[in-house]
Amino acid sequence: MVEFFGETLYVYAVVPFLKIIAAIVVVLTIIAYTTFAERKILGFLQVRMGPNRVGPWGLLQPIADVVKLLGKEDVIPNRAVVWAYVLAPCLVVGPALLILSVIPFGPPSSAGPASSWFITDVNVGLLLVVAIASIGVYGLLLGGWASNNKFSMMGGLRAAAQMISYEVPQGFSLVVPLLMAGTLSLVGIVEAQLTQGRWFIFGFFPFGLLAFFIYFVSGVAESNRNPFDLPEAESELVAGFHTEYSGMRFALFFLGEYANMIVISAVAVTLFLGGWLRPFPNLEWLSFLDLGFLPPGLAGFLWFLIKLLVFLFVYIWFRGTFPRYRFDQLMDLGWKWLIPAALLAVVATSIWKVALL
Amino acid sequence: MDFLLVNGTALLFYLFAALAVLSAILVVSSRNPLHSAFALLVSFLAVAGLFFLRHAEFLAVVQIFVYGGGIMVLFLFVIMLVNLHRLQDAKIYGMQWPAALLLAVLFIGLVSWVVAGVQFSPANLSPAALVSIDGEVVGNVEAVAWQLYQQYLLPFEIASLFLLVAMIGAVVLARTE
Repeated sequence: MVEFFGETLYVYAVVPFLKIIAAIVVVLTIIAYTTFAERKILGFLQVRMGPNRVGPWGLLQPIADVVKLLGKEDVIPNRAVVWAYVLAPCLVVGPALLILSVIPFGPPSSAGPASSWFITDVNVGLLLVVAIASIGVYGLLLGGWASNNKFSMMGGLRAAAQMISYEVPQGFSLVVPLLMAGTLSLVGIVEAQLTQGRWFIFGFFPFGLLAFFIYFVSGVAESNRNPFDLPEAESELVAGFHTEYSGMRFALFFLGEYANMIVISAVAVTLFLGGWLRPFPNLEWLSFLDLGFLPPGLAGFLWFLIKLLVFLFVYIWFRGTFPRYRFDQLMDLGWKWLIPAALLAVVATSIWKVALL
Repeated sequence: MDFLLVNGTALLFYLFAALAVLSAILVVSSRNPLHSAFALLVSFLAVAGLFFLRHAEFLAVVQIFVYGGGIMVLFLFVIMLVNLHRLQDAKIYGMQWPAALLLAVLFIGLVSWVVAGVQFSPANLSPAALVSIDGEVVGNVEAVAWQLYQQYLLPFEIASLFLLVAMIGAVVLARTE
């Protein structure tokens, strides 16, 4: 560490900084075009066109949206609590983007950490993801309270109750891949899937599948998406916790929701669907799927991206398919079905694992 | 730049420590219960930062998850639900402040006396002890788990039994309305 302006500055400061910028830019672009894809796919599902005026096939619509949101007046209600009102949207976006630092988008490189496809690999990675994600609820709670509006307040309270409840089954379902891999490092978990020759969704069948199902349902609830979008149920609460927000602050809430979708999908891909691995990493004759003609690591990143986009599509598909749950149904599902099922998966996987030793 | 590199850990320690203490003072001195709750959250997070600096990564992350993400959200939930505004008019300092001051001074004296008298062994002062089992470096989570389930299994199980009893008690109390 002494020769700070030589090798170490490059490896420990410049490269991570560039990677962070790249990750944020890529994710923000994906978010922008997820909103576009959402409107297009919902349009398709509802037999209408969707946005098609700005640019060819409406492809420039997200840019127009951003320009519109940036140009809008930023209204702060008269009796709002200003510090909380201003802080809340940042508290939604910040944690979601922070989690990107430990997500392995692609394989590590034998040439050292500088050329690997993730920002950092920490030995408590999985716990860190859960911990930072649990901070995100403050934004919704605070935004709802600070707006000084009964609809916002109800939305904030609903968000808090929902996210606290669904953190429990989500945490339990994460224990199953953890038991299979024997490490908390996200890179280590993907490498364990490579050495064991299977994605963890197929491990300890059917408990890997069960854990994956519980994780994804809780993830949809954690990101407040349909059919669990009660905190912002527009027919009951106007728009829930962001009723009073306008312009760029509203856009930040929106951004946070989509960033959370991406983070939850990325964690699901990493833990259950083999991260940067190709399908069936144990089958030799499928090795052409490794796309060896690409520069090292790029094929892994492409596989990761494909799986991520499938998840985002499923999110939108849910929105076009399911009606909204009632609040007591939501709580019943979380506490009476998902938590016992997750406990069953954890106990069964543990017993199985011990029996194998 | 060299100064920052050599003393970076110490500087961060003082930053987080000051943050923890200042926000802890805010918790008890603020008139708005919501401000108190947020100050408490900042205090929790600052303590998590201190744990990170000591290479107790597991403890730090669990601190953020359990206190930051779980307990504080419930606090805030209750504060918002009952809409505590009447505290604005209540007196912060009651009649007992001389006794409280005396007790506080005595407590600080006791703690400093104990800390000054303890001989910390080198193993407790070096971060390496927190990430290794029998001299082999394995990582903080594994080291904590090893200690808990090998050396301190009985106290650990007794503690979890107490928690179970408390949980059942809460359920029973809530049922007999």
